[in-house]
Amino acid sequence: MIPAIVVFIYLATVLYIGIFAFRKAKGREKAEDYFLASRSLGPFVFLFSLFGTNMTAFAILGSSGHAFSNGIVTFGLMASSSGLVIPLTIFLIGTRVWALGKKYGFMTPVQMFRDRWECGHIGTVIFVVQAVLLIPYIIIGIMGGGTTLNAISGGVVPYWFGGAIVAMVVMSYVFFGGMRGTAWVNTFQTILFLLFGAIALIVIGVGMGGFTNAVQAIQSSPALAPLLTRERISPLYFFSYTFIPLSAIAFPHILIFCLTARKMNQFKKTVIFYPLCILAIWLPCVFLGVMANRVTDVPQIRAKQEARRVLATQGKTMAPEARDDLREKAAGDDVILLLLERYAPFWLAGLLGAGIMAAVMASDSQILALSTMFTEDVFAFYGGKRRFGEAVQVQTGRIFIVIITLFAYAVALRAPETIFELAIQYAFSGFAALSPLLVAALFWKGSTKWGALAVTVWTAAAVAAVAIFQQVVPAPAPAPGQNPNIVVCAVGGIEALSRTPAGTAVFGFMPVVPMVIVSALLMIVVSKITRTPRATTLARYFKLEAT
Amino acid sequence: MKRILLVIVVVALYVLHQDFWFWRTAHPLVLGFIPIGLFYQACFSVAASLVMWLLVKYDWPSQLE
Repeated sequence: MIPAIVVFIYLATVLYIGIFAFRKAKGREKAEDYFLASRSLGPFVFLFSLFGTNMTAFAILGSSGHAFSNGIVTFGLMASSSGLVIPLTIFLIGTRVWALGKKYGFMTPVQMFRDRWECGHIGTVIFVVQAVLLIPYIIIGIMGGGTTLNAISGGVVPYWFGGAIVAMVVMSYVFFGGMRGTAWVNTFQTILFLLFGAIALIVIGVGMGGFTNAVQAIQSSPALAPLLTRERISPLYFFSYTFIPLSAIAFPHILIFCLTARKMNQFKKTVIFYPLCILAIWLPCVFLGVMANRVTDVPQIRAKQEARRVLATQGKTMAPEARDDLREKAAGDDVILLLLERYAPFWLAGLLGAGIMAAVMASDSQILALSTMFTEDVFAFYGGKRRFGEAVQVQTGRIFIVIITLFAYAVALRAPETIFELAIQYAFSGFAALSPLLVAALFWKGSTKWGALAVTVWTAAAVAAVAIFQQVVPAPAPAPGQNPNIVVCAVGGIEALSRTPAGTAVFGFMPVVPMVIVSALLMIVVSKITRTPRATTLARYFKLEAT
Repeated sequence: MKRILLVIVVVALYVLHQDFWFWRTAHPLVLGFIPIGLFYQACFSVAASLVMWLLVKYDWPSQLE
């Protein structure tokens, strides 16, 4: 119960930070102040809040769980590739969007697209696709909060109550504090979960009597030895994964965060330190996830190891439902919680639990971004701001925050978590496929609104097609040493479309690769055959680009 | 010329990320317990930070401001 009390103290602190931001903003009820903190964030808050916004529950729970099942490859797949691609996109795209936002007053990506391509309803189509891809994140954040509080309290806090507490706390500080409150809370949370990685590594390492014996034991086991290498992941799949971080800059909450910097110089520290921040949080979590395979005195971890063994040896002969059930039992998203429970003293488990909660509660900026998008791209665009004024616009944003949080909580109580985990998988590919919109808007004079529409419609169709394909064709069981894929379509003996244990492969690549390439081609081809915006509109953008 | 060099550095870093050397082996274990592939990717993250520093130092779009 002590860890749960520490976590509740943490939640109260977070709530206080949000309320404090509200009091600081009193008398400044402007939309730009509420939604963008008056574009006034300093370098420290900007770096930590932008990084924290991008690190969800997956950074701690998901990374260690993925490493538990797949090994050290998790770090190369997801962390080091993000450490190169994300700061690069912030450097190339984030700085330019910030400059344009500062000059022309944009508060959302769709506002910029509407101005850049002289379009109206096409912007609304982009808003709808962005919103649909973003909502699963908010739901999974509340689910993660309920699950984590339940686990940390040893089952004393039920899932529904834990989810309600997390939803209420997030809703309150976003409702009152707006972007300023969210950024301050994110900064506090980021410091917490950056410390979490190092402390957890030391505490669990001491508890396990060092890692040398564990690594040697893993290496001497034929079933576990591949976890210390990358050999189970094909080079094409590994290459495909470097397309996923393109989604970061296309996420509305990340791009909107880029607009909050006080000066462009604030991007410098963010770009330089981003890879190191990722290293600090992901490396310990991935390593501990792999080490959990050598823990034999925690019954829940042993049950996962057994489920994985059965899946590998008998999975081929099982019904798809039985395979899915085993897959869920073998999933390792809670291994780091179980390791802490086993090796950390009570008081420290509470502090580390607060660190995990900090990562789980990253849905705050997504809720605020959705509210900003709704009030700017729909309410204001269709005349609401002109008719009712700016104060009503801010109140509308606040009401939207309450509605979206209550909706997310209601869904989180009724729907199984796996649905939203899948939806998030598709969302990453979807936002990566939307990234050509930003590149075309900022770097290509010849791009047009019809090219933008083609990219958006293609992204929505491709995400839906992959989702339907994975529902219709059940995932095969993993078969170490063999090719387990179900080949749906082959061209000249090459697997063109196949269902893999982890998802879908197109010519051996993840779907994100063809999705991004087709997006870029559509933008080029459709723009070439349609009319570009007026010269004066282009001058507003490309004079700014003449670096 | 400066920008071309920076592009070459970034592309080289991207190629290095694919790790054509250590992906099939865990040996040697760094400090006796860190698989070489994991150590390689950790070093890559530090290299990415250094390359970002180069970009900020030599190609910062100050014109925008």
